[in-house]
Amino acid sequence: MCGIAGIFNLHEDREISAGTMARMLSVLKHRGPDEFGMYRDGRAALGHARLSIIDLSGGSQPMCNEDKTVWITFNGEIFNFIELREELIGRGHRFRTHSDTEVIIHLYEDHGPGCLDYLNGQFAFAIWDKKSRELFLARDRMGIRPLFYAMNAGRFYFASEIKGIFAAGEIKREIDPAGIDEIFTMWCNVAPRTAFKDVYELPPACYLTIKNGVVSRTQYWDLVFPEKPEEIGFEDAVEELKRLLVDSARLRLRADVPVGAYLSGGLDSSVTTALIRNFSNSPLKTFSVAFEDKDYDESSYQNEMAKALGTEHHEVRCSYSDISRNFPDVIWHTEKPVLRTAPVPLYLLSRLVRDSNFKVVLTGEGADEVLGGYDIFKETKIRQFWARFPESQTRPLLLKRLYPYLPAFQGQSKAYMEAFFNGGLSDTRDAFFSHRPRWQTTSKNKLFFSDALKEAANGSTPEDAFRMCLTPGFENLPPLSKAQYIESKNLLPGYILSSQGDRVSMANSIEGRFPFLDYRVVEFCAKLPPHYKIKGLNEKYILKKCMSRYLPERIVKRSKQPYLAPDGKSFFNDGKPADYVEELLSESCLGEYGYFKPGPVRLLFNKFLKGGAIGFKDNMALVGILSTQLLHYRFIKNFNCDVTIKDIKVAG
Amino acid sequence: MKEKIREFITKNFLFGASDSDLNDSDSFLDKGIIDSTGMLELVAFIEEDFGVKVQDEELVPENLDSIDRLADFISRKKVLA
Repeated sequence: MCGIAGIFNLHEDREISAGTMARMLSVLKHRGPDEFGMYRDGRAALGHARLSIIDLSGGSQPMCNEDKTVWITFNGEIFNFIELREELIGRGHRFRTHSDTEVIIHLYEDHGPGCLDYLNGQFAFAIWDKKSRELFLARDRMGIRPLFYAMNAGRFYFASEIKGIFAAGEIKREIDPAGIDEIFTMWCNVAPRTAFKDVYELPPACYLTIKNGVVSRTQYWDLVFPEKPEEIGFEDAVEELKRLLVDSARLRLRADVPVGAYLSGGLDSSVTTALIRNFSNSPLKTFSVAFEDKDYDESSYQNEMAKALGTEHHEVRCSYSDISRNFPDVIWHTEKPVLRTAPVPLYLLSRLVRDSNFKVVLTGEGADEVLGGYDIFKETKIRQFWARFPESQTRPLLLKRLYPYLPAFQGQSKAYMEAFFNGGLSDTRDAFFSHRPRWQTTSKNKLFFSDALKEAANGSTPEDAFRMCLTPGFENLPPLSKAQYIESKNLLPGYILSSQGDRVSMANSIEGRFPFLDYRVVEFCAKLPPHYKIKGLNEKYILKKCMSRYLPERIVKRSKQPYLAPDGKSFFNDGKPADYVEELLSESCLGEYGYFKPGPVRLLFNKFLKGGAIGFKDNMALVGILSTQLLHYRFIKNFNCDVTIKDIKVAG
Repeated sequence: MKEKIREFITKNFLFGASDSDLNDSDSFLDKGIIDSTGMLELVAFIEEDFGVKVQDEELVPENLDSIDRLADFISRKKVLA
């Protein structure tokens, strides 16, 4: 796991400076602090910051093929590399290392872009093919590992993080109003757009080829839900899911360093931990976040699970002031505004893992998307049911079954709940029926946008952009499949796997691995009948059936608890705003940066200062505005990319 | 009283943004002014600023969902108190 970066001359050979490459790698060194490497010729430069996990002594990068005509810089893991290596050797390829990197090179030699079909992993890489004069960049199916790019003055720049591109010094650093508009609608960007103008994200499951100055993008895989589910008996489905999960976890324990696990106290991470415990011989250390605020704390479940599985358990305790203190650094890593503080505790957690001398953790991410765990799926089911008989007095009562963990939600009257979930109820054919209440509520906070931001964001809407990403035949899918597809294409890569995933774990040089996101698991679950996933209103039903005998009953029976952290309150500890909050939300600073109206933000600020009950929407507003201001401060106003690394190995 | 309510709604939920769009009879729910948790803020305001106690069964849109309705509700409660 690593950081990658590079520069490519689109039209002709032109020297690429080593100093520029050193700057690009310097800002990525948190991703790969173990060694640095660079390859340069007249046309292309590839850089690599390495976190050594597989073939510790032989896996240095950039790496090349036998005759040095194909060069790669690679971030991630190919979990089935052992099997692929054997096949390639059988076909006459000679290997110099035992790393997974070399497998990609030889597969590419044989299959070109078709090599991606063989890879089971989480990856982003660039291959420079000197013979065909082509640069090839690719990203894994689900979007676990990141890749960004930009172009200017005949050059193409790429890096694992946007800061790597900016460090080259040739791309103007500017926030994209349309990118902010997307986040204040869907909580994330619609790739390839990012929060920065003219900087793009390679969407998941896509590759780019660049040849003769022409850049083209191809999607090589998509999440396919059948219009009619596969006919498979429930018991057979349970067995097959188990077989796949065990195998997925087995592959993800492949490493030349010890592998740990996150334990949240919920079902999914308990399952991944139980898979390691019951189906492998790995010694097991587990890691958790505990909250000082009891409303968010799940440590009793975490400890119960650790005890039941006999793991060596470690936890980091997170307070309000921890969140406030670390938030600016977290935004440096997320590289986009966030509407929740939830990435911060995960940043503290990866730090704990690093301090325990671990580099790799397995986590339960993806289970909710793949197996229908989120409340938004149950919510959709109820709203769909209600919409068939809108006058019903009893149908909306089912809404009470949602969000049992939110006192504020449970405390409200039926009429209020109905009004909230009624949004878009009349149009069940709406492609975004499932996400309408969430997006509508989030969009309300655009009232804080300055006229200039509104004006600049005016054009295609976030919804239009996302509609372009939908798979053909989307409109004919069952409602649950539609909602799962949206969640898996939108929030999963755009927020869960990035702002709460790769960016905050790699900030501390920790690699996350996700057994539920093995593409075989994902493809299998997509084909299952929806009622295997949500039975009545019992979410992830098949997973519970499949794994219950390995888990304590209290964990399996527990109602679904999403991962949340204290939001706005964290920044106003003891009735006082943190210094930087006061500064960044001041009239002068808001006016200078120009994204938000100072008057309304002041009223919001005062509301938090006063304390008391504050709703979701206002919390999203505060966190979103503050993180946008921080983004500007760190990336536009005070961007720092000094060279801080030495000993870059030159390959070639 | 209506002015005081209007000021609270405008400041607390609209953040001063679109005062002119809000009529006394407009439904807060239909206009999306109050979200699913915002009602708690509204109740806290009535209880603190007008000294009335709101019972659980009174938490219905008929009492709370516009400036007019709120003013009526508060007046009725005050008479009873």
